[in-house]
Amino acid sequence: MSINATLIGQMITFALLVWFTMKYIWPPLFDSLEERKKKIAEGLAAAERSQEEIRAAEERAKTVLKEAKEHSSELLSLAQKRANEIVEESKDTAKKDGERLIIAAKAQIEQEMQQVKESLRAEVATLALDAAEQILGAEIDKTRHQEIINNVSSRL
Amino acid sequence: MATEAHAAEGATGYIIHHLTPLSVGNGFWTLHLDTLFFSVLLGGLFIWFFKTAAEKATSGVPGLAQNFVEMLIEFVDTQVKDSFHGHSKLIAPLALTIFCWIFLWNFMDLFPVDILPAIGSVMGLPYLRVVPSTDLNATFAMSISVFCLIIFYSIKIKGPWGFAKELLFQPFGPWLLPFNLLLKLVEEIAKPISLALRLFGNLYAGELIFILIALLPSYLQPVLSFPWAIFHILIITLQAFIFMVLTIVYLSMAHEHH
Repeated sequence: MSINATLIGQMITFALLVWFTMKYIWPPLFDSLEERKKKIAEGLAAAERSQEEIRAAEERAKTVLKEAKEHSSELLSLAQKRANEIVEESKDTAKKDGERLIIAAKAQIEQEMQQVKESLRAEVATLALDAAEQILGAEIDKTRHQEIINNVSSRL
Repeated sequence: MATEAHAAEGATGYIIHHLTPLSVGNGFWTLHLDTLFFSVLLGGLFIWFFKTAAEKATSGVPGLAQNFVEMLIEFVDTQVKDSFHGHSKLIAPLALTIFCWIFLWNFMDLFPVDILPAIGSVMGLPYLRVVPSTDLNATFAMSISVFCLIIFYSIKIKGPWGFAKELLFQPFGPWLLPFNLLLKLVEEIAKPISLALRLFGNLYAGELIFILIALLPSYLQPVLSFPWAIFHILIITLQAFIFMVLTIVYLSMAHEHH
């Protein structure tokens, strides 16, 4: 187990190995590691960013959808209102029409009643005259009434 | 030691044979060829694999090899960022190299103890110790390099005077100066020694146990070597990890002002 010149040979070998590693092995490998680390970090950041963008787009879509919904409901209520108005209007017109018709009908009825009354009156007069005539015809007694007649005739 | 091994026979001989390095030269100028060969080979494997991945590295979808390499890079980077709060181009690649290289050294331990030496003996090599971390030279080479970096950064960041002040006046103030110096020196020197010996000790002991299991009757071997190998997967990773983390901690201490 003697220490001898092998030691020197080993030290030289060791120095050469360390020099070579330092010069040609460590830097490229370490650089590639660092570069990959950077790439991965960038990739992760990009993923994060796109995630963020998706979230924003979803948010935007939600807003647009909400607006559209609001708009449509507004339109719907407007239409409802308009329809109600139309119905009201037509109801009004119908009512007025009906009233007018009723008034006209009433006037006509009145008129007809008046005519009927007129004709009835005329007929009643004729009938009364007729009845009076007949009553008068039967009641006349020649002996009793001769005097009257004679009286009238004498005045002539 | 090598000459003694020739004489010993039987179990002791077997063990000594397995733990004797293939060496050339005399005295201090001995070279452990197997340690050098395998650590250079494994270092080359590490460099080749990572270089291939680095060349093909994209920031897009990674392939299998790139994925694996990036996992290690991230792991080391996390460790460095946890303990080291300065800015340094060296520490993270250093930690990566230490972790991978030591892990590969230690991994040699999981090859069956006789396979590679048997191939070696066919090729005419009398000894072959395949696990570089069972060689004190390998572990000390690494920990002494780390120690040099600690001293270098201490002086670079704090300035020579700042470093000297830290050695002389802490932790007990200027009145206990020699005592401070002694304490600090022990503390600093203990760092490379503990790093090297911890790794060496764990792997040497692990290898020794594999060798001892290999000495048992063949029907007993799987029963013992299988759980030990499983356990060893944990140990080799843990030892590589500990060496790396302690290196980071020591260097971050060197960067801190007190």
